Parts: sequence; structure tokens; C-alpha cells
Amino acid sequence: MDWVYLIEVLVGGLMSGVMYSLVAIGFVLIYKSSGIFNFAQGTMLLFASLTFVKMTENGIDFWTSLFIAAGIMVIFGVVTERYVIRPLANQDLLALFMATVGLATFQEGFSQFIWDSDVHGLQMSKFLDIGLLDPAPIFMSDHVPWLDILIPKFDIFASLVAGSLIVVLAFFFQKTKTGLSLRAVSDDHMAAMAVGIPLQTVWAVVWAVTGIIALVAGLLWAERVSVSFTLIEAVMKALPVILIGGLTSIPGAIVGGLVIGVGEKLGEIYLADVFGGQGIELWFAYFMALMFLVFRPQGMFGEKLIERV
Amino acid sequence: MIYRETGNFVTNYFKDREIFPLKFDKVVVILGLLYLFLYVPTTSEYFLSAHVIPILAVGLATVGLNILTGLTGQLSLGTAGFMCVGAFGTYNLMLRVPDALMSLPFALLLSGIFAGLVGVIFGLPAIRIKGFYLLVSTLAAQYFVWWFFNSYAWFLNYESSGVVAIAPKFYDYWGLGNFLGVDMQGYPARYLLALVICIGLSYFAKNLLRSNTGRNFMSVRDRDIAASVMGISVPKAKLLAFFISCFYCGVAGGIYSFLYIGNVDLMIYEVDRSFTILFMLIIGGLGSISGSWLGAIFVYEFPIIFTWVGDFIFQGAFNTAVVENVSNMVYGVFIIALLIREPGGFAALWATTKQKLRMWPYPH
Repeated sequence: MDWVYLIEVLVGGLMSGVMYSLVAIGFVLIYKSSGIFNFAQGTMLLFASLTFVKMTENGIDFWTSLFIAAGIMVIFGVVTERYVIRPLANQDLLALFMATVGLATFQEGFSQFIWDSDVHGLQMSKFLDIGLLDPAPIFMSDHVPWLDILIPKFDIFASLVAGSLIVVLAFFFQKTKTGLSLRAVSDDHMAAMAVGIPLQTVWAVVWAVTGIIALVAGLLWAERVSVSFTLIEAVMKALPVILIGGLTSIPGAIVGGLVIGVGEKLGEIYLADVFGGQGIELWFAYFMALMFLVFRPQGMFGEKLIERV
Repeated sequence: MIYRETGNFVTNYFKDREIFPLKFDKVVVILGLLYLFLYVPTTSEYFLSAHVIPILAVGLATVGLNILTGLTGQLSLGTAGFMCVGAFGTYNLMLRVPDALMSLPFALLLSGIFAGLVGVIFGLPAIRIKGFYLLVSTLAAQYFVWWFFNSYAWFLNYESSGVVAIAPKFYDYWGLGNFLGVDMQGYPARYLLALVICIGLSYFAKNLLRSNTGRNFMSVRDRDIAASVMGISVPKAKLLAFFISCFYCGVAGGIYSFLYIGNVDLMIYEVDRSFTILFMLIIGGLGSISGSWLGAIFVYEFPIIFTWVGDFIFQGAFNTAVVENVSNMVYGVFIIALLIREPGGFAALWATTKQKLRMWPYPH
């Protein structure tokens, strides 16, 4: 076995895992606070990044576009909470899930209706003068002689952004009053309401925060692939991640993302021959998640349910 | 007024268990069947091929999903994958089994059994995994099946294009067409075959709902621990639900490929179709067979009618992409509005209407 190659594969897997985690965090936030399995996460990514890209294409500078796009995502989140989630409160979980699928359908049409359905490239290095956005990869052999691998600089940038996002989120959750009420709501709706936490406001905040995360994730995904319809499929990539990590755990989303990212790459390289065909990454992530869940049905960090009749 | 329950006295146990206990219902059902069997086949080929037969196929898949999700409470996004097994199974049975032994109706039902067995394999994790976590198993089924048929060209008889047209000889039915002097490949004949299968399986599903097995399924859906305490074998109920549901989906896939589009194409069994069928189920109403059919009709026809109306009003002033996007928007809003107004879907709407008809014209 070629160890250097293995390391390259591992690093690549970790980097793509970070991308999955970014989408998964939004999922987990909403599931934790309201028990809703938000399928619209993928279209939120599309909507956010499309809004941003169209604004920069029309000559608005990077930071202004970023703030406007974030503002639009916040408004979108608040409106969603008011007109979709609130009327459906206390409904069957399946009805809520389908409502988010309906929301995804709406958003898919809406974002392509007000903008367009073209494929847009995004190159953040045009706007930001950060060395890490330089398209040339890092040759590790320049630093460590025996390690002859390439690491795309953008992947490091994405990991840094993801890392700082998680730090910000952790700070927000642990140190602010809003974060405290968010944690209370995710623990127990009824108890939180009983001590006077406004459930609706908390949900609106969660949807707004998720919108901003979708913007960040959308931009990073867009830089890697492009802004187009295919961004919606990010949601299908993130599904096994959150299921492995446990639906209620943000660390789970991150670890799950890394596990899936690495596992997918390893599977593609070492198992593709066994299955006699290419493209096993299509189902391999689901298969891994399945194997994992059979042994631990609540996911890696998910809360273990104690069931009573 | 027009809908009376009074005067219908049950005098024996057999009558007590009828599906349609009211005379009015019976008349409506018989007239409906006459309409479906006698009038619809004489309508235009276009109407049959573009509207009726596909609705029969997806509607049957919706009924199948209803048994799994609506009745047993196991959320599934693998419907299209199981339909795919049915379509490929039918094709291979017709292709590889000697003609003297195999005919299309048998191939459809047998491939349904294949799909059911595949469903049981992917249903096994359901014994341990619950709720949304089960999505991973059904999605694994969806992607794995798709990849499997995509990778192993044997199943497509090494057709390089990835699509096989279905040979006319597959519609031979042991020479029945020649014997009767009917074009068995024509749409009326295809429609009648699909209709017979769909009515038969819907009848079975309706009875399943009212049987001991169906009640076991429902108790697993409502509270699986309570069900197991009561002595219902939860794993058995879940696996049986997977088998029956996937059997329906498999047959539906066979109908879709053989009786509707006339070729076996992997592209139509992608994950989007699973979502469409889940939509049909939710809009129609969980747990109701007639609701599944209403949902299937609505979801299938909605974009067609929307585009048609849009063309009629704006005379093609907008291009197709705009129309499609607006259609998606309206559709999404409609689904959310329906879920807010009536989470029980069309089945619940129908129940309310029935109640109102009963009271009419005196609402109290």
C-alpha cells in the first residue's frame, strides 16, 4: 500500500467532509430546536448563493452583497417561521417534513424565477485578497520532503471558515441569552414555554441563523462546484451525515461529515473493484450510515431515547 | 339529502363487513367501474397514453407507499428504486424465460415479488432503526438499486444506450391478441390490463386495511412498544409491510415501463420520483386508499394543467423555464397551504364533504 497516496486520499476526504458538515449543521440546528427535518436546506443553499452571485455580477462589491444576501436569508427565515412553521406547530412530524419539501419546491422555482437557471461560476479570489483563495494548490513536498501530495488552498480556507463558524455558533449558544433560550427550547418545548421563553421568536432566530449558515455553505460549495441547480443535491449528501452524527448534535454533524467524507473516498478507491463498477460513492455513504445505525440507532451523538408505553 | 344512511339495516354478519355498506355507494362504484371499463378505453389514444395509464402506474405505487408509510408508519424514500426493480424484473423475465412459460401479467406480478424481496432486505434495518433515521435505509435502497442496474449491463441485455425499447412480441399474451383480433400493444388493451391490476390490488389493499394484519400494522405505526407489549410481532409486521408495499411498487414500475412508456429506462427511476410519490401520498392523505388515487391524479395533472392554462392565458408569452418555475412556486405554496388547512389531505377533505352531504340541506 502506498502510504503517501493514502494520506492524500484521507486529506481529500476530510476536506469534502467539511463541506458536508457545513450543510449538516443547518439541518441539525432546525431539528434540535423544532423537531423539523428541514428538507429545504439544499434550496436555501441555492437561493443564498444565487442571490449573492447575481449581485456581484451586477457590480455590487463583495461585502455589500454578502450583507444584503445575509439580510435576505434572515428575512426569508423569519417569513418561513411565520407563515409555514407557526401554523403547522404541533402537527405530525411527517406533515412538517412534507411542508419543508413543499418549501423546497417553492424556493427552487422562486430563486430561478427571480434570478435565472444558468450555471454561474464563483471565484472569491476576484473579490478578496486572501492568499488561501489562490487557485494554485499547496505542494506539501515543498515543506515535508517525503510527503508528495497536493492540497488545494481553497480546501484549507473552507475548513477555516467552517471552524470559525462552529466557534461562533458555540459562543452564540453557550454565552448569549438567545443561545440559552435556544438550548432550553431544544431540551423541552413545554418546559421552555412554561418559564416564559417565546417559542416563536426562538424558532425565527433559528431559521434566520440557518439561513446565514446556508449562505456561508452555499458560497463555499459554489466556489468548489458552481452556482446552479445541482447545489440542491447537497442536501442528499448531507443526509447520511446528520443521520450518522445523530439528528440532534452539532458535533455529530461535524464528525459525521468527516467520517462520511473519508469513508466515501476510501470506499471509492479500495472497494470499487470489489463491486465491479465505478460510482459507488452514489450509495456508499448511505450504506456506511446504515451499517452504523444498525449498531447505534440514535447516531453517534444523538440522544438515546428511553421509550415508555 | 342525496346521501342517506338511514334505512340501511344490517341483518347478517356478512353485510356488516361490506366495503360499501350503503346502497348509494354501491351504485356509484358500479357506475364508476362501468365508466372505467366501457367508456374510458374508447377515448383517444392520447388521453389514455398521456394521462390515464401513467396515473394508474404512479397511483399504484402511491397505494404501495401508503401501506408502508401511511399504515405502518415507516417513512420511505426508496419508492422509485423498488419501481425500478419491478421494471427491470419484468423485462428480464420476459426476455429470458421461454415465451411459452411467461406472459406479461405474470411477469408483472413475479417481478413485484422480486421487488418485495428487495424491499424486505432493505427493510431489515427497520427492526432497529426508527423514525427519520430509517430514511437512510430506503435511500440506500434507492441509490443502490439505481447504481446496480446502471453498472451491470446484463440486466439491460447489454444495450449500450442505457434504454431498451420493449419488443412488440412481449405484448403477445400467448397469442390472445390474434385470437380475439385485438391489437394487444394498443393503448386500450394496455389500459385495460393496467386497470384490472390496479383495481385488484386496490381491493386487496382496502381489505388489508380492515384485516387483522392491517390493524397490526396500524398499532405498530401508532406506538410500536405498546404493540409489542400486546403480543404483536413488530419485526414481522414491519417486514411484511415492506414486502407488500414493495410488491405494489414493483408492479407499478412494471406497468410504468411496459404499459406506459414502452421502454425500460433507468433515468425515470431517480430519487425525484420517490419524492413525487411521497407527495401524492401526503396530498391524498395517509392511510386512505382512495386518497392515494386522488393524490396521484392531482400531483400528476397539476403541472400539465398549470402549463396548459398558462399557455392559454398568456399565449406563450413566457418561455417554458419561466412557466416551470412559476409552476413549482404555486405547487410548493399549494402543498404548504393544504398541509396547514387540512393535514389529512384529500381523504380528510372528502370525509368532511361526505359529512356535509349527509346533513344537507340542514347543517345541524
